[in-house]
This record gives sequence, structure tokens and C-alpha cells, in this order.
Amino acid sequence: MERFSLDAAHLLAGGMVLVSFMMLYQNRILGLLNVFAAHAVVLSLSVAWQAYVQAAPHLFVTAAIALLLKAITIPVALHHMVLRLGVHRDIETVGGIGPTMLMGMGLVALSMVVMLPAAAEADPIAREDLALALSVILLGLLMMVTRQNAISQIVGFMSLENGLVLAATGARGMPLVVEISVAFSVLVAFIVIGVFLFRIRERFDTIDTQALDDFREGRE
Amino acid sequence: MPIAAALLSVAGLAGVAVVAPILVARRIALATSIVYGASFVLAAVLLVCGLSALLGGSAFQGAVHLPIGLPWIGAHFVLDPLSAAFLVIVDFGAMIASFYAIGYGAHEEEPGRVLPFYPAFLAGMNLVVLSADAFGFLVAWEFMSLSSWALVMAHHHDAENRRAGYVYLLMASFGTLMLLLAFGLLAGPDGDYIFSAIRTAAHVPWLSGLVLVLMLLGAGSKAGLVPLHVWLPLAHPAAPSHVSALMSGVMTKVAVYAFIRVVFDLVGEPAWWWAVTVLTLGAGSAVLGVLHAVLQRDLKRLLAYSTVENVGIIFIGLGLGLAFKTNDMTGAAALAVTASVFHAFNHSLFKSLLFFGAGNVLTGSGERDIEKLGGLVHRMPETAYLFLGGCLAISALPPLNGFVSEWLILQAILLSPDLPQWALRFLVPASGAMLALAAALAAACFVRAFGITFLSRPRSPAAETAHEASRWQIRAMYALMALCLVAGVFPGPFLDALSPVSQLLVGGAMPKQPILPHFSIIPISESRSSYSGFLVFFFILMASWAAIRVIHNFASRAIRRAPPWDCGFPDPSPATQYTADSFAQPIRRVFGPIAFRAKIGQAMPPPGDMAPARLTLSLRDLVWEFIYAPLEGAVLYAAERLNVLQFLTIRSYLSLVFAALVLLLVLVATWA
Repeated sequence: MERFSLDAAHLLAGGMVLVSFMMLYQNRILGLLNVFAAHAVVLSLSVAWQAYVQAAPHLFVTAAIALLLKAITIPVALHHMVLRLGVHRDIETVGGIGPTMLMGMGLVALSMVVMLPAAAEADPIAREDLALALSVILLGLLMMVTRQNAISQIVGFMSLENGLVLAATGARGMPLVVEISVAFSVLVAFIVIGVFLFRIRERFDTIDTQALDDFREGRE
Repeated sequence: MPIAAALLSVAGLAGVAVVAPILVARRIALATSIVYGASFVLAAVLLVCGLSALLGGSAFQGAVHLPIGLPWIGAHFVLDPLSAAFLVIVDFGAMIASFYAIGYGAHEEEPGRVLPFYPAFLAGMNLVVLSADAFGFLVAWEFMSLSSWALVMAHHHDAENRRAGYVYLLMASFGTLMLLLAFGLLAGPDGDYIFSAIRTAAHVPWLSGLVLVLMLLGAGSKAGLVPLHVWLPLAHPAAPSHVSALMSGVMTKVAVYAFIRVVFDLVGEPAWWWAVTVLTLGAGSAVLGVLHAVLQRDLKRLLAYSTVENVGIIFIGLGLGLAFKTNDMTGAAALAVTASVFHAFNHSLFKSLLFFGAGNVLTGSGERDIEKLGGLVHRMPETAYLFLGGCLAISALPPLNGFVSEWLILQAILLSPDLPQWALRFLVPASGAMLALAAALAAACFVRAFGITFLSRPRSPAAETAHEASRWQIRAMYALMALCLVAGVFPGPFLDALSPVSQLLVGGAMPKQPILPHFSIIPISESRSSYSGFLVFFFILMASWAAIRVIHNFASRAIRRAPPWDCGFPDPSPATQYTADSFAQPIRRVFGPIAFRAKIGQAMPPPGDMAPARLTLSLRDLVWEFIYAPLEGAVLYAAERLNVLQFLTIRSYLSLVFAALVLLLVLVATWA
């Protein structure tokens, strides 16, 4: 049982890394949103498994929040937004898929190298979880960096946050209050960014952030 | 307990600093007198505390731990012989300057810009000397720097003063940063910031060397070691004269104290190359400082450069102390260190005296440019004679105090053949030669300063209508002059008083100075050398008296009528007199091409043009050109390049954050 629970936890966390990779090569926004929803589903599964293994009922609440908020509400809202903005047919071409994937693999390797010795004394679940969570965070950051479309950047940010939640649940003992407040801050960030998206769109007829920079003053 | 009284007085000074703006805001007529009077009394109390701790032995010394400041450190204060000696230097200067300022401050146009910061400045200097933990020390140090910066900026309408303030602020921040790093290294990974813990901890040799370098940069920039002296000739003249006297005479000594405290007391055993570094810097400062001083036209700037020279002399003494200490030559080390501290004390006396004289000239005539002065001996006779006394003392002429301390340092230099390291055996006599050169040039410099300012005929209407300073100012100068004379004629008790200091620093002391015969002092042993200021003084008195008698008795009283030589200027215009520049010209000829890349150019008018030919003189400050200008260029270049960072896209910023994160992770991965 001990062995099995460990393997299952690793499977789910590893699944998140895999889904992160899937997000990296999505060049259509609607596809990206779907993959992001899958990301959140895997996260909630992973958290729920941790709750079961650790016998920590409050983690079930976390899993429920992840499922409701990140797997359903936010993707659906983003879906509507994309349709209203009319960018669902856009194709993003930022960098090559190949180099991005290679960089992602490098980042995963880096996080393994960093986290495994650093958390050597922690129990195995937490140790591998931390390493995988760091990979998810770095991949989310990589996504934010390589994308130009504001919505893709939001998605990158959200997947980064998923990585944080994964790390926190693996480490045992993150209070529910912290988890809830993080979830709400993400929601608030999502709302604010959404409002901004429409404002940007209104002004510039695009949500390509490159357009914002073209309008900025004081550039050399 | 003197230390309790000392701390209470410091608190009192801080209180005066708080009350001063209220007094000024209420337009109380006596605000100036009240603030300076209170500062005078409190500084006197502190002086008594320092004296009792220095002379009274361990019964009057002690340490105090107050639960203020950082929670786990608190504030530690100590009154040991070293801090007591510097407490005496600081507070004697502060006391006399406060007394002087009661008269001088009446000329202040905006007392609100001076009065609050003056007591705060005094409190800061005292706290530096009393602190016994790195945190308190640095806070007090920065407090001292900032309050003195505010005083430099007192006359901020002048663009030159603003620039001086800016340069001073930069250098002071740099110095504090260096001290911070030095104390960080001393405290080690355990973070023992209390001096007693630092003293007992073992320090790695190369780390100690690094601490020495950082202390030379940090304390040296405050003391005015070349090439860190650049702020000194700008900032010291910009402040009101009594503050100039304090900054030049006293605050540089606080920096010397910091250097001694760390390098001799805290860091442990020195290495012999430390002495090489300190000696080289000291000798360079002494010569370059005085060379600059010789060429200055601004009286206060001249005095500031002369401070650079004297700090150089003090550091030569300290370097000798290090050289002898590392070779376990205790007697010689004690001599060098005692001479250094004694010179620090002496310099605080005569530099204050000279700055007060310059202040009197400034209040009396409104001029600082000596080319526009002259003939002041008739209008300000007392100031003139007191200034002359200060000039004699700083030129190291017996029987005054400057001679005693410089003679002692030269005596220590004469012991250098016993040193085992060849580098030191060569370097020490060379720095002795530099010291002698600096002393000679200083004499020339002050002959010029006194002669051009006070003798001959007035060169401007301002000098013609000058008037004598107030009684307060003159009396303060008399007190300093008297002490200069006493310390020169009877130096024995002063050296005896400093023996606990050298006991603390090098583990030995100079031989006890016998009062008799003839109040002479002996640096090492009676058979080697001795000097009696009293005999010299007595001889000078007798010789002058005899000369006067002879001249008066045997000279002819008959009135002679003869064609006048007129002292070389039959033309009545004062422009035909010796000028400051012409007096300095021989020295400039000799040293100018090397030290300043001096170039004299002629501008001949074209044929047929009736315009006069002109001589142009260009002097370059090599320190600015080769150290500060490239530094400034580098900073500007970096700022220009980094400016791009202000205008990046959101994605670029994210990429930067991302790259930094990945870089740090890679570092962690490779480090572990």
C-alpha cells in the first residue's frame, strides 16, 4: 500500500508535468484552454490523492476548489472571453516548438538536480513532489516568457500557480486558510487581468502585448 | 562612573539638538548663545570624563550595556584608555569650538541651518568613540557623517558648497559601506558584533588583511588619506569656521580612532606588509597634501589640505607602530603609537587654532582669498599673533607641540635598522625623508599663508576695512595657543598620560618620563636621545631678550635720512607686492611638473596688436584625473547601458526574472 500510494502520487504529479509540456506546444488558444483545464483536473486529482494518503480532510477542500475554480470556472470564462474577443482563430508563432520543448526538458532536469539533494531528508512523497512541482512552476514561467498573446500569458501564470499548490500539498501542513487565500488571489488576478484584456482590446484592437510596447513613450 | 556621565552628556547634546530648532523658530534672541553655551558645558563634562578615565586608571574606566538598539545586541559602550584618549581630543576641540562659536555664531545669517546640527554632530563623534559594538559604531558613524554633511550644506546658496556637499555625501557613504564590510568580516559567520567578542575570536590572516584594506578605505576616506582626500578640501571650507575646525581638527581624528581601534585592537596580530601599505599611504598623503596646500589661495582650503598632510604624518606613525608590533619590538612600537596619538592631539589643537584664525579673518573682512588680504596685522593684531603661533606649531618649530610629536615619529624612524624585513628597512627611511620634506614644505606653506594674509599692505578694500573679532573668539584662540605651548614645553606628562593607550595597543609603553632634569623627554633611553622643550624655550627667551637688550643699548638712535629702498616697492600700488602665487612659484617650479603636470603657456598677441602678452598656468589634479574621472566615466557608462532596462517589454522583464531564477537554481545545483 505504501509503495502503491507513492507510485500513484508520483504518477499524478508527473502527469502534471506532462500536461505542462502539452501546453507548451499548443498554438491554438482554444486548444490551450482545454489543456489547461486538464492540467487543473490532474492537479485536483493529485491533491485529492494526497488528502487520502495523508488522511487530511482539508486537502479535499483544496482539491474541490481546484476542480471548481481552475478546471471549470476559469477555463469556461476564458473560453467566453476568447470568443467575444474573436481571437479563437489566431495562431501564435513564438519561437519554434522544438527549442521550447528542449528548454522545458532542461528545466525539468534542473529542478530535479536542485530539489532532490536539497530535500533529501524529507519523506519520499514530499521530495519527488517538490521536484515535480518546481518543474511545473518553471514550465509555467517558460510559457509566460515564450508567448505573446495576453491570454496565453494568463494561462501560463495559472499553470504556474497550479505548481505552487502542488508543492504546498506535498509538503504537508499548509493551512487551509493559506490555500483559500491563494485561490482567491488568483481569482482576483484573473478578474483584473480579464478587465484589462477588454480595455486593451478596446484601445488597440489586439491583445498582442507587442502592440502595447509600440505605443509606449520614452523608448529609444 | 565617568562612562555614565559621558553617556548622559551625549544624551544632553542630543537633547540640545532637539531643542535648538524650537529656539530658532521662536526667534529667541539668545538662541545661539544658549545652544553653544550648553554644548560648551556638556563637552566640558565629557572632557572631564575622558581625562579621569585616562589619568585615573581602571577605577574610572568601564563598560555599559544598554538595552536599546538591535534587540539581540543592545548597545554596548566602553571607556578604555584608547577611547578615553580620543574622548579628550574630541571634547577639548568641541569645548573650545563651542566657546569660539558663541562669538562667531553671531555672524551666522541662517542660524537655523547650523544650530540643530552642531550638537548632533558633537554627539555623533562622541558616540563613535564610546561605542563598543559594530552596530552602534556604524550608526554613530553615519550620524556623525550626516550631521556634518548638514553643516557643510549650511550655506547652500553657493553652488560650490552644494557640490562640496554632494562629493562629501558620496565619499561618506562609500566610507561607511567599507566599514560595514570590514565589521561584517570581523564578525564572521556567527555574527558576533560586540567588540569584546571580535577581539577574542581568531581571524584568518587573509581576512584580516582584507579588513585592513577596508579600514584604510573606510576610515581613510574620512580621515583624508590620499587618494581618498578629495572631499576634504571641498567640504571643510564650506562649513562655518568653527565647524571647519571640528571637521578638520577633530572628525579626522575620530577616523584615526576607528582605524586604530580595529587594526591595533580588534583584528589581532598584524602582518608586516600591513606596515608597508600604511606607511606608503601615509607618506604619500603627507607630501601630496602639503604640496597642494602650498599652492592654495583660499585660506580655509589651504588649511584643509594641510590636514591631509598631518593625517599622513599620523598614519606614518601608525604604520611604524604596525611594523614594530609585528616584529615584537614593543618599546619602538609604543614610541610610534604614542607619537601618533600625541600628534593627533596636537594637530587638533593647532588646526583648530588656525581655522579659528581663518574664521576671524572671514568675519573681519569677508574674504577667504589670501590674494585679496594683507596688512591684517595692523587691524587684527591679536588674531594675527595667535595665527602666527598656530603657524609655528604646525610647521613643527620648537618649542611648540608640533615639533615634539614629529620629532618622536622621526625617533621611531631611526629605530628602523633593527627591523628584519628588507622592504621595511628601505621603506621606513624613505618615509622619514618624505616626512622631513613634508615638514619643510609645511613651513614654507605657512610662511606664505601668514605673510600674505597678515603682513605687507592690504590688497583689497575688504582687507583695508577689516576689524578685530569678538572677545569670545580671541579667548578661545588664546586657550588653544596656551595649550600648544604647554604641550610643547612640558610634553612629559602628556606622554605619560598616553602610556595606558600604548599598553592597550601594543602591549608596552614608553619609558616613564622623568620630570627633572629640565623637563626633558626620552623616547627610548636617556643615552640615545632626549629633548627638552623647556630648555629650548628658555634659550629662545634668553636669546631674544639678549638680542633686544643689545640692539636697544648699542644701536644708534640718531635719525638717518637716506634715499628710500622702500622694501622693494617704491610704487605705492599694493599690486606690486609679493603675491601668494609668486611666493609659491619656486616650489611650484620644482614639484609642479611631476605632482601637477604644471604647464606654463605664453599667449603672445599677433604682431601689430597692442594687447599685453599673457602667461597662463595650468595645474592638473592627477588624483581626479586618473582615479575619479575614470570611475565617474565607468559609472556613467554603466548607467547609460543599464538605462535600457527602464524600457523593456513585459515579456523581456519576465524573461529577465526567469533567467535570473534559472541562473540561481543552476548556482544552487552546482554549489551543493
